[in-house]
Amino acid sequence: MNAMAPVGAPSLPTAVDYRVYHDTQIFAAEQRNIFKGRTWCYLGLEAEIPNAGDFRATHLGETPVVLVRGQEGKLHAWVNRCAHKGATVCRSLRGNQADGAFVCVYHQWAYDSEGTLVGVPFRRGLKGVGGYDKDFDPANHSLEKLRVESYKGMVFGTFSAEIEPLEDFLGPVMRKYIDRVFHRPIRVLGYSRQYMAGNWKLYSENSRDSYHGALLHLFYPTFGIYRQSQDSAGELAEQGFHNVFTVSKPKGDIDYGSFGDEANREMQGSAKLQDERLLQFRPEIEDDVGLHIQSLFPSVVLQQIQNTLATRQIVTHGVDKTELVWTYFGYADDDEETTRHRLRNLNLVGPSGLISMEDGEAVELCQQGTVGAEGKHSFIEMGGDDVRGYYAPMGMDENAVRGFWKGYLSLMGDALAVSAEASA
Amino acid sequence: MSLVEPVLQGLVDSLNAAYGLCLDDDRLEEWPEFFVDDCLYQVIARENVDNGLPAAVMYCDSKGMLVDRVVALRRANVFPEHFSRHLISRAVLTGIDGDTVSAEASYALLQTRNDGETRIYNAGKYVDRLLIKDGVAKLVSRMCVYDTHRIATLLATPI
Repeated sequence: MNAMAPVGAPSLPTAVDYRVYHDTQIFAAEQRNIFKGRTWCYLGLEAEIPNAGDFRATHLGETPVVLVRGQEGKLHAWVNRCAHKGATVCRSLRGNQADGAFVCVYHQWAYDSEGTLVGVPFRRGLKGVGGYDKDFDPANHSLEKLRVESYKGMVFGTFSAEIEPLEDFLGPVMRKYIDRVFHRPIRVLGYSRQYMAGNWKLYSENSRDSYHGALLHLFYPTFGIYRQSQDSAGELAEQGFHNVFTVSKPKGDIDYGSFGDEANREMQGSAKLQDERLLQFRPEIEDDVGLHIQSLFPSVVLQQIQNTLATRQIVTHGVDKTELVWTYFGYADDDEETTRHRLRNLNLVGPSGLISMEDGEAVELCQQGTVGAEGKHSFIEMGGDDVRGYYAPMGMDENAVRGFWKGYLSLMGDALAVSAEASA
Repeated sequence: MSLVEPVLQGLVDSLNAAYGLCLDDDRLEEWPEFFVDDCLYQVIARENVDNGLPAAVMYCDSKGMLVDRVVALRRANVFPEHFSRHLISRAVLTGIDGDTVSAEASYALLQTRNDGETRIYNAGKYVDRLLIKDGVAKLVSRMCVYDTHRIATLLATPI
């Protein structure tokens, strides 16, 4: 093709109508078709709620959800909305509900950790006055419950009764890479939350875009750290919408312990790092991979960059309001010095990340630049106009971005066309 | 605990006032000089501190790392153009141990981007250890514990 799509043409994986970033009807359709549709959405890590009664407030798309470890150790998730008047039931970000009961403060309707209604005050009224009918059955007034499954400690939820099991949704390729990071027990190191005035799909494209890396993020080239000998790979899941990038060194001849020294020998930029410990990399997984960025549709990125480990959960608060919740972790057997090393490496990533902060700005620039551009299209043909599923070097292409749109468009069905017609 | 030590109080408050103005005047290259060489500077969410979790969004455990931050910010990083404005409370001295003082102060960091609107960008407190030498206070460690756990867009300029 290689030409711009005509104004008003339907969106394709290579050319997406900018309307998708601004249209509130599309946003509503995404909540139905994607987040509440046939997908598994990331809710958190098992390591965040290790004990019975532990809970964590989270989101599925825009919907507030609570993830709970039940008394018997099982994982539960329910919509944080009282079945009586719709009030928020759980008002804390996290905690432990030792008795396993979640009570709405408004009229004290009480739910167990599974979300089942177990108590209603004055159900029979007071002194024979008021109360509910005899046929009122609490079982019919529970919190809205999600299906919950966990893979290697990453917990996902779904509203869909039909969707395949989580393992099949992730598929063998994605599972292989998740296994890599979660090869031993982890420990959560903390959180940061980044709030972008941009659409969630702009961030989803960004995390799948291997083209922008060395162009937007100028930290490495500025300090002369450019590694020609790097081996890279990009892999897509069958549906197109999950992908993973890895960058590693060729096996054999490289001493990773001297990463900082070597970086300086290869220096091309004029600035010099004062403290190279920032970049130090200590391989701890049985391979040479120093960068692993894995985007699992629709709502999470799993990463290992140097010795930083994190999930980035995408929460969709509105067409132009996206929250990125970073959950940083290390391994449970880390000693104090290893933890300090991870904290030092964490300067590279997150909302203040020396090699990543620009992503927040890029998302907002695209949101601002596409105002009033309904009917006009993006141009996503770097490296081809198809979606290649096979193993390929991560390079100057937008294969995984097209993969995202392929999966997205398939789930959205005719919702985009309906929205375009409605506003025409 | 709050200690009444007028001379030390004056030194700490003077440091904080100069520190805030240095950042707000965009004299970033001078900022590392508020620290001793073997320092620790952190910007960390209050939700982490309250839960005993160590992850910080900035963690610099040497003056060199502070310099690297500034060089990256000047030459590499891309972020919205903005002005910063620090409002820093009078410090509370929480401990004195030889020539080292512990102190805390609240801050509000306002940010004004190109649209001209001034927003409360980050609010929190400084938890500091300072070395008093030759009548001057320098930061041994500064932990910026922020209440505003939702960072707008990104955090480039130090707090």
